[in-house]
Amino acid sequence: MKKKDKILLLVLIAAAVALIVVPVVLQRGADFGGSDDAGSDTVGQIDEGYTPWATPILEKLLGGEVPPELETLLFCVQTGIGVGVVAFFTGRFVERRKQEKLREEEKRADKP
Amino acid sequence: MKKQEHAAFSLSLLPALAALLAGSAGAMHIMEGYLPVGHCILWGAVSLPFFVLGFFRIRRSLAENRKNIVMLAICGAYVFLLSSLKIPSVTGSCSHMTGTGLAAILFGPSVTTVLGVIVLLFQAILLAHGGLTTLGANTFSMAIAGPLLSWAIYRLFGKLRWNRRAGVFLAAFLGDLFTYCVTSFQLAWAYPSETGGVWASALKFLAVFAPTQLPLAVLEGVLTVIILVVFENYAQKELDAVGYRTGG
Repeated sequence: MKKKDKILLLVLIAAAVALIVVPVVLQRGADFGGSDDAGSDTVGQIDEGYTPWATPILEKLLGGEVPPELETLLFCVQTGIGVGVVAFFTGRFVERRKQEKLREEEKRADKP
Repeated sequence: MKKQEHAAFSLSLLPALAALLAGSAGAMHIMEGYLPVGHCILWGAVSLPFFVLGFFRIRRSLAENRKNIVMLAICGAYVFLLSSLKIPSVTGSCSHMTGTGLAAILFGPSVTTVLGVIVLLFQAILLAHGGLTTLGANTFSMAIAGPLLSWAIYRLFGKLRWNRRAGVFLAAFLGDLFTYCVTSFQLAWAYPSETGGVWASALKFLAVFAPTQLPLAVLEGVLTVIILVVFENYAQKELDAVGYRTGG
């Protein structure tokens, strides 16, 4: 990897971490609820007494809210699938590049 | 486009036209049961042609080069990954990114629609997040409107020969924000405020979403630049195959 790109990546990764850490530190004690629920709450403000006319299929199957532990598990499965695929192929790309370089060097070494 | 593809695409346009003609009124994820039936059908009808077009685009792309499936899988996985992470924001609540910018840049908006629908289905069925009744509306905001803007911005930067990475950042950043603007409008249309109508209501929803989403949209832009810088260095062949200009 080019040196310029390496530095850029380091800066960007630091920025990404900061973007997540700073809010947590700034808002110590906040409950960090989901903004999807905030959306539903706003609906409640505008139209009091609104009742959703459909319930999520999983809640119907389970006969109530999805247990938080189960929800965490399912979210993790989603993250896992994503990371797995991205990391698998990126790993292959990086290794492929290494092999190509090795082969090139071997070729050059063969030809005096 | 092949003849039969043309026919299927035109067919898929029919419900959209019908819905528009009938004038049946009309968070990223809108929760299950939170939109009136008419709106659900309308947004579904509007989204359908994009999905069909995206399906053909994917088939075409894979027919041209089987190996494009690797980049396609990565783009899909990227949407999976980013939309599964609830990220804390400065407002003290959490939201999530869309992850659609990468696919929009590499494959265009309609392909992104297909990838987005897969993720939205996963979340609606397994996570009770979003919903099957609101699938059309969520598809439109996250997998059509946002990616369209991302793609347009990225293309504009290409045309004007401006810095490519800045273009990638802005595309992912603004695409993410725009998704939430559209969601706000969708909710506002369904719940117009009594005093100010749809637009007053839209501002109200936007006021809930925007401050939370802004830092996340920046984060999405940063992450998308990171992954593309890595690929520019290690997967140039794959990027070339999908038409991503690496020079300059």
